[in-house]
Amino acid sequence: MDKIPLAEFIKSLDSDLEIKEGKQFTEVTVPPSKLHSLASQLRENDETLFDFLDCITGVDYGHDLGVIYHLYSTKFRHTVVLRTRTADREHPQFDSVSDIWEAANLHEREAFDLLGIKFASHPDLRRLFLNSSWGFPLRKDYVDNDIITW
Amino acid sequence: MEEKAKDIITDEQQEYIINIGPQHPSTHGVMRLVVSLKGEFVLNVEPHIGYIHRGIEKMCESLTYPQIIHLTDRMDYLSAHINNEAVCLAVEKALEVDIPDRVKVIRTLMSELTRIQSHELFWASYGMDLGGQTCYFYGLRDREMVLDIFEETTGGRMIVSYNCPGGVMYDLHPNFRKRVKEFIKHFRKVLPEYDDILTNNVIFHGRTVGIGPLPLKEAIAYGITGPSGRASGFSCDVRKHEPYSAYDRVKFNEVLFTEGDSYHRYLARVEEMRESMDIIEQLIDNIPEGPYAVKMKPVIKLPEGEYYQRVETARGELGVFIISDGNKLPYRVKFRTPNFANLSVLNHLVKGFKIADLIAIFGSLDFVIPDIDR
Repeated sequence: MDKIPLAEFIKSLDSDLEIKEGKQFTEVTVPPSKLHSLASQLRENDETLFDFLDCITGVDYGHDLGVIYHLYSTKFRHTVVLRTRTADREHPQFDSVSDIWEAANLHEREAFDLLGIKFASHPDLRRLFLNSSWGFPLRKDYVDNDIITW
Repeated sequence: MEEKAKDIITDEQQEYIINIGPQHPSTHGVMRLVVSLKGEFVLNVEPHIGYIHRGIEKMCESLTYPQIIHLTDRMDYLSAHINNEAVCLAVEKALEVDIPDRVKVIRTLMSELTRIQSHELFWASYGMDLGGQTCYFYGLRDREMVLDIFEETTGGRMIVSYNCPGGVMYDLHPNFRKRVKEFIKHFRKVLPEYDDILTNNVIFHGRTVGIGPLPLKEAIAYGITGPSGRASGFSCDVRKHEPYSAYDRVKFNEVLFTEGDSYHRYLARVEEMRESMDIIEQLIDNIPEGPYAVKMKPVIKLPEGEYYQRVETARGELGVFIISDGNKLPYRVKFRTPNFANLSVLNHLVKGFKIADLIAIFGSLDFVIPDIDR
């Protein structure tokens, strides 16, 4: 399946989604409430079959916190980028996709560890690299008092 | 974790928890495995990571693109050159720079040499993990020749930092072609010895055949790439599916097996060394003349946007994801490292096997811990 039908197909799943043809991939912006259902549709549907979760990237946009998913299909060899964001910095929460792709388990723990983004119904959401008293270093408002400048 | 461990002990008295690591020879670095056992059988393995977390993604946000390249060596130090290449390719793709043919061929040659030396070290240490001390000396002896080639051209033996945006740092050393040919000739001769010592060894078969099998579906769901994924039949070679540098002009086979056990994960790496030698032989006499780098602006600023680049390191797919806001510093850099993704399958693989098999399975996944922690 080439690029144009993929975007059209995702549009047919939900016409409210914002779909853009990026330089590299088809990019879909999803509200957090629809993320899990769209992800599982993309995974299960025979037309898209995104069976390989490439990576999950947590991003701090300044006001908002967001998560970017790179999905890949081992059958059709195409990629789609899902992005979602929330303005709630105190309790940012998205639905976990670890029940769809097992690979998401560690990636989501990493996003929680470094950005403090919570994933609802994640089986084992604990800090990964840092201890629990540490802040969230990849947030833009993180202050490091011990930083050495050169 | 402490709470959980307590729960397990009080719930079922027969379970026994032991710690492997963080300082343990068979973890090849600082990683702690909390293993719960019933008799000799593994019930659960909990990897604890972060002992060598340096915050590379955070550091990248305050460094320029040419500086970031030097941090990537320190992730998977056995695939240092390939990591460098990934960042360079992402930057070059963003700036839409045309790279001279000579650079593409040099990068491919260096990548394949890197892959060979990485798999040699895997072979050496995997043999030693399973009790074959000789392997370690054979493997390191031959790996030394590749490191000498690196040292002559790049100045570094492992941490090469040879790439820069637009090309490579310096031209190839005049001896490069001669020494690579010597190495290939030597290595073709000794690789059958590797097979005699380990691949066809009955004791080694007993330790690895049928141990920790990973079916194709699970390999894809857990995101297992590289030789470990290809041993399960997951065709995931980025060099084949999204060729970069000079991989579109060479012929090589993607090594695929279907069994997916420890033995075939090992075998995939040994076969890949042969494929890498084929690639090197196709290119070594055809290095095009020309500049070894294109001149870039002194301050590299990527246009606003997101850039994703996949490359095939010795351990699997490395993804470099750069979000740029148009500045000379990146807004966010994410490294999708192969070892981090491969780690997620460990607990699933070892369940029900004996604790000695844990070492065989752990070794066959070929982890480099700094690549997990970043």
